[in-house]
Amino acid sequence: MPQTLGNIHSIETCGTVDGPGIRFVVFMQGCPMRCLYCHNPDSWDFNVNKKMSVEEILTKYEGVKEFLKNGGLTVTGGEPMAQIEFVTELFRQAKEKNIHTALDTSGIFFSKTNTQKVDKLLEYTDLVMLDIKHIDATEHNKLTGHSNVAILDFAKYLSEKKIPVWIRHVVVPTITLNKTYLSKLGEFLATLDNIQALDVLPYHDMAVAKYENLQKPYPLKGVPPTTKEQALDARTIILESMKKSKLENMEQKSES
Amino acid sequence: MTFKPGKWQTEINVRDFIQRNYTPYEGDASFLAGPTASTTKLWEECCELFKQEREKGGVLDMDTRVVSTITSHGAGYIDKDLETIVGLQTDAPLKRSMQPFGGIRMAETSCKSYGYEVDPEVSEIFTKYRKTHNQGVFDVYTPEMKAARHSAIITGLPDAYGRGRIIGDYRRIALYGIDRLIEDKKAQFASLEGEMTAERIQLREEISEQIKALNEMAQLGETYGFDIRKPAQNTKEAIQWLYFGYLSAVKEQNGAAMSIGRTSTFLDIYIERDLANGTFTEEQIQEMIDHFIMKLRLVRFARTPEYNSLFTGDPTWVTESIGGMGIDGRSMVTKNSFRYLHTLENLGAAPEPNLTVLWSKRLPKAFKEYCAHISIKTSSIQYENDDMMRVTHGDDYAIACCVSSMVVGKEMQFFGARANLAKCLLYAINGGVDERLKEQVGPKYAPITSEYLDYDEVMARFEGMMEWLAGLYVNTLNCIHYMHDKYCYERSQMALHDRDVKRYFATGIAGLSVVADSLSAIKYAKVKTIRDEDGIVVDYATEGEFPKYGNNDDRVDSIAVELVSKFMNMIRKHHTYRNSIPTMSILTITSNVVYGKKTGNTPDGRKMGVPLAPGANPMHGRDTQGAVASLASVAKLPFDDAQDGISNTFSIIPNALGKDEVFMGDLDIQLDCGCAAGTCC
Repeated sequence: MPQTLGNIHSIETCGTVDGPGIRFVVFMQGCPMRCLYCHNPDSWDFNVNKKMSVEEILTKYEGVKEFLKNGGLTVTGGEPMAQIEFVTELFRQAKEKNIHTALDTSGIFFSKTNTQKVDKLLEYTDLVMLDIKHIDATEHNKLTGHSNVAILDFAKYLSEKKIPVWIRHVVVPTITLNKTYLSKLGEFLATLDNIQALDVLPYHDMAVAKYENLQKPYPLKGVPPTTKEQALDARTIILESMKKSKLENMEQKSES
Repeated sequence: MTFKPGKWQTEINVRDFIQRNYTPYEGDASFLAGPTASTTKLWEECCELFKQEREKGGVLDMDTRVVSTITSHGAGYIDKDLETIVGLQTDAPLKRSMQPFGGIRMAETSCKSYGYEVDPEVSEIFTKYRKTHNQGVFDVYTPEMKAARHSAIITGLPDAYGRGRIIGDYRRIALYGIDRLIEDKKAQFASLEGEMTAERIQLREEISEQIKALNEMAQLGETYGFDIRKPAQNTKEAIQWLYFGYLSAVKEQNGAAMSIGRTSTFLDIYIERDLANGTFTEEQIQEMIDHFIMKLRLVRFARTPEYNSLFTGDPTWVTESIGGMGIDGRSMVTKNSFRYLHTLENLGAAPEPNLTVLWSKRLPKAFKEYCAHISIKTSSIQYENDDMMRVTHGDDYAIACCVSSMVVGKEMQFFGARANLAKCLLYAINGGVDERLKEQVGPKYAPITSEYLDYDEVMARFEGMMEWLAGLYVNTLNCIHYMHDKYCYERSQMALHDRDVKRYFATGIAGLSVVADSLSAIKYAKVKTIRDEDGIVVDYATEGEFPKYGNNDDRVDSIAVELVSKFMNMIRKHHTYRNSIPTMSILTITSNVVYGKKTGNTPDGRKMGVPLAPGANPMHGRDTQGAVASLASVAKLPFDDAQDGISNTFSIIPNALGKDEVFMGDLDIQLDCGCAAGTCC
């Protein structure tokens, strides 16, 4: 049987923010999104070639599994769904070993008319961490260079399939740190039944040095980092809007 | 209420007393009391003194006239009316005592560097009439030992300062009182008649000294108005008696690490009794613990700037070991374990005393949570693996310094600093010529003459050079500890030990990761030698990739493992002073910086002068797969061959340790939204 190879950016064996517990995090190489605040610009390029096999990764995982007892395997990127066959095979073999699997994705590659491959991947996925970059279609385009239709479709699809989801949302001053958008995001989340957590991440500018190394201009030059308090407030706005919207939905349901 | 009887009544056996009488605590921290008004005031006064100390360049005052002994000074106080636990090293807080028995020159230099001058009469006495440890050592060192010391292939040796790393069982004074301990020592003395071998004569002399020390401890108690000849009657006395024992030790010894032992659960027995009887309230108990810890924070020694640069700062290593599991399966955590840690909240964070939690997977959950809470709040707790050390030492051991484990009152160690393996590798390549000094320091073995290094050839030469180093190192330490026993004997600490102590001969290595990576480079990449005009290899050019220690990669990790076992076995081949048991540590927590300065370019690409990695750490920046892979590499090192401890210095920014309560994935979010158990209606 030929080995399934993935194009891997790097591995972090002590991931603590990408899912429950201590995680073995595989960063996939290559991403079509160009989010202005991206802190991993070095993982964009699909042409960087550093191959690893599923077996190699799982052997490395086995070597440190003592540390990962309450954690598991997270695949992020880059955009992991760009290499969906590889990730599916990785998760399939991980599940054979009873490893908790988490997929950290933007959902950009989802197409609701062709879900065959996604279905196969989700069969072996315990948790999806879905990064909703912007709730507003136009703004999403400005922020990432892509429409958010596929992403929101993916969120709905995951809800239908009852796959547990953590929502991640980065709040950036002048872009997403905006009451209207945050409330709108809450309203959207209220339509989903599978959300287990909401991770509101304050934007930081620690990637400036990476951009300098890559000799790329830093897109958010001059935008101040989000404070913890601002992020906390943003989270409250989303949650309250979500709650309100849920109650309204319920009332509508009971009236009809 | 009396204590449960047992063997501890008929023999000196603190562990038996603890096991029969302590009350494990599974509850949480809610019982703890905050600082009293006196505590806050007293601590403010201390902080003011610390401030003055800093402003004066690190030393507040020094004694230049009185040679420090147990009874050398009258009573000293911070603020007598506020202190519930009393006793200072000299007659004033933070005034550093003069301790010339380790070496008069060290005492003079440390005074001079802070603008003080040792009384000429004292200098004369310790130069002309009274020999010091330092003098003794240099009287017997061989030229080879001096050269190795000079080139720093063996370094940090305790030949001019106190070796430390001995923990008196200070609890014995509280439990038995001085009179009973003297009685026991007299019986030991009487048991050592008959054939007068050198060993027996030495031990008899030592026990005589120990008895004198015990008598002086009683006098020290009297100076402060206490009769510690009798056992302590309550908590306050127990803490005070114990502290007088420790105070005697630090009045007599300026040791490299002056640890206090494992006292919290012992004291808890008195505390539980006093709380039940209504003798003291929780507030009063916490106040006494706070004041006791405050005293430990005031411990100071006179040291030179060179010493401070070796140890990065002015550490005293007043290590107190907390928690752990009993061999009967009960947790050794008591309410008083919480109280000790709580001092970090009542008095604020501090590096000393070095509060060390003996961590077991089976510790009570509430205690683990409290440890985590205090760690997050203060970054002041050290953790050590009880599950691993309990196997060797049982459940009444404590940590000396940072990682050296020993059974309290039954085991001690001869501290042995380090041999620099990275330099040893360079000697192997250059046939014993020091790469910095360009002098023949090691034996004149054949150097490597090829342009490219061959793994098998280098390994064969390296093993030969390691054999030489191990022998020289052990013999140097034999000289040092012979002289330390002779001229700077720890009589008060050893008075609080059994007659026949188990002695560890604690060697150590520095530069493990540099050597592992260098050998990996030679094996898996191509390493070219760059020579100076005399043909000495002074630099290396490495072509190609090679596996680096710290990435959980067996190709190189196995080299590190093998090095540790090999060198330990070479150490084991030699006679060790007083038939001590050789051990090894990999724990240069701070001195790696100084060792690096004295080590030339290495084949792994490290440049001359760049610090070696601390302890068993991978070299900085070479562990590229995250902390877990890095730790997994370190965890492969064999504890049986590095029984004195393996350290891995690991710092991480708080955010990388996970999210705090604000951003944590909150799994009950659905409940917030008016739905139950994750399914919406």
